[in-house]
Amino acid sequence: MLHRESGVFKTSYAADMALYPLPIARATIAAIVLLFAVVLPLVFDEYYLAIINLVLIAVVGALGLNILVGYTGQISVGHAAFMSVGAYTAANLAVKLGLPFWITLPAGGLMAALIGAIVGIPSLRIKGLYLAIATLAGQLIIEWIINHTPAISGGAQASIEVPRPELFGHQMRTQGQLYFFLLFFAALATLASLNIVRSRIGRAFVAIRDQDIAAEIIGINIYRYKLLSFAISSFYAGVCGVLYTYYLGIANYEQFQIGVSIDYLAMIIIGGLGSILGSILGAIFVTMLPIVLRLLMEPVLSMFYNSGEMSAVISSFRLVLFGGLIIFFLVIEPEGLNRLWRNIRNYFRVWPFSY
Amino acid sequence: MWDELQFALILTVSGLSIGLMYALIALGFVLVYKATDAINFAQGEFVMLAGFVAAIALAGKLGVLGAVAAAVLVMVLFSFALERVVLRPLLGRPIVAVIMATIGLGAMLRGLPPITVGGETRAVTLPIGDTPIEFGPISLPPVQVLGVVVTLLFLAIFTWFFLKSRMGVAMRAVADNQQVAMAMGINVERYFALAWAMAGTVSALGGVIWGSMLGVDVQLSLVGLKVFPVVILGGLDSIVGAVIGGLIVGVVESLAAGYLDPYVGGGTKDFAPYVLMILMLMFKPYGMFGTHRIERV
Repeated sequence: MLHRESGVFKTSYAADMALYPLPIARATIAAIVLLFAVVLPLVFDEYYLAIINLVLIAVVGALGLNILVGYTGQISVGHAAFMSVGAYTAANLAVKLGLPFWITLPAGGLMAALIGAIVGIPSLRIKGLYLAIATLAGQLIIEWIINHTPAISGGAQASIEVPRPELFGHQMRTQGQLYFFLLFFAALATLASLNIVRSRIGRAFVAIRDQDIAAEIIGINIYRYKLLSFAISSFYAGVCGVLYTYYLGIANYEQFQIGVSIDYLAMIIIGGLGSILGSILGAIFVTMLPIVLRLLMEPVLSMFYNSGEMSAVISSFRLVLFGGLIIFFLVIEPEGLNRLWRNIRNYFRVWPFSY
Repeated sequence: MWDELQFALILTVSGLSIGLMYALIALGFVLVYKATDAINFAQGEFVMLAGFVAAIALAGKLGVLGAVAAAVLVMVLFSFALERVVLRPLLGRPIVAVIMATIGLGAMLRGLPPITVGGETRAVTLPIGDTPIEFGPISLPPVQVLGVVVTLLFLAIFTWFFLKSRMGVAMRAVADNQQVAMAMGINVERYFALAWAMAGTVSALGGVIWGSMLGVDVQLSLVGLKVFPVVILGGLDSIVGAVIGGLIVGVVESLAAGYLDPYVGGGTKDFAPYVLMILMLMFKPYGMFGTHRIERV
């Protein structure tokens, strides 16, 4: 990632597929792990760690969506609904049965994977626009069902309060403790994605994305792999929803409405479709955008608006910037931040002797 | 017994009239898809934008005709600009890119009003009063009657246009096969622009009518969510399909709201059309009147 190669010396397929392309990569990864595990929590206080925690949660969701949209080429406009499925499953298990997080978390993920695969069934017959509309319908229908079934949503406000997760008998109270909890799952999700996309499954996904009929002809069972892609992607989404629920301390369907689905699509487009690093960069970018925007705009806007109007104006401003960025990246740089990063790296690869 | 029949009749008629108003918005979507293969996920936001223009023009004492003209003008110019700046660079790219670009555009359009002209709800008052118009046992608000009239008018115009006029035939040729149309000496780019202009006009009138019914604010864009069931039921590239799909969606949601809402606590209006749409997608994805596309590798 950060290291510079002097050329391509790979002589075997295995070397090309290796997770560590160069011996120095181990050192780079070790440095990154050190940065996240030791330096960041020491440097930042609770407020900034809370923001980083949001980023970590978004990373999990963006990785999942990128497997579906970026690698398999199946669009989903209903990802937030899968998150809500995970969130409410975990919340019900945690509150009604008192189960710990290491059961509720996979349970939420698996439930989301099941629902995701069901919503993905139309993808066997339809694609592109039709699939986008079908997943949009999935979003609205799941949202409506959760909202109208007190057994799932926990009654009038459609929200369930969830206690913070416990580890070895200690409840995580501070953002610092949650940070390590979330960092573990974000790292696990990244590692899993890296391995999925370079495996047989990942290759099949890419073949389906590039031309699904051709993929079927060379012997890929596209039904199985399309549903698998929906299931894996929704599993990530479900886990993301569970993590967010533990982070907020409450499961509420308003946190998982269609706008969130679009936020996640924005993450992977801005970050780069079909790229693990891109998903992470996009998650960081999109999560930080409103926070940075608020920080920059508040001093200026407070001269014109009172605080109530100001938050409405800032959220509208965010929407405009968001839409603009999606269009900008689609038109100008379809490969997103990941491509920009690669361009910078390629420039420095032979720097300062570029000829 | 008689009361129940009358209840069902009222629901059906009101659903039919609302359905035609949905069809008006869906027409904008279908026209663009038919001619240019582009998908507009921001159709609801188009309607909202037109509503804002009309409301502001009315507040600026332009009169009703002036407001409609302003809305049409702005929407046509806006559609042109959209086609040039956003959609043309995306030609030949995966369909997901176009979908996402229009979703992004929708987000932009929803964010714009509160930071430019203010997000409060505005009224579009049309000089048609608000005394319900009676048809035997049924009475409809005048806005809905106007919506029905405008939709039928557009339907007649488009039918004539596509069947009889030279430009309409050319546009059908462009829709059928762009390369062959080009070889036949048809200026394809001009017809793309024309299709967007027509969609802009339809959206403008949709904005005036829906705006006067619901009031103009950012929430008005939610009416765009109804476009999808309508066009899926009817078939994406069929104008007749848009109208029939609109009627079905209107009636289904009206009946659902009348009969199911008391049992499940509301909201079936927004839910029922989507269930119907999912069924359609599973069994007949190209809708009732849509063209089957055969894909070759």
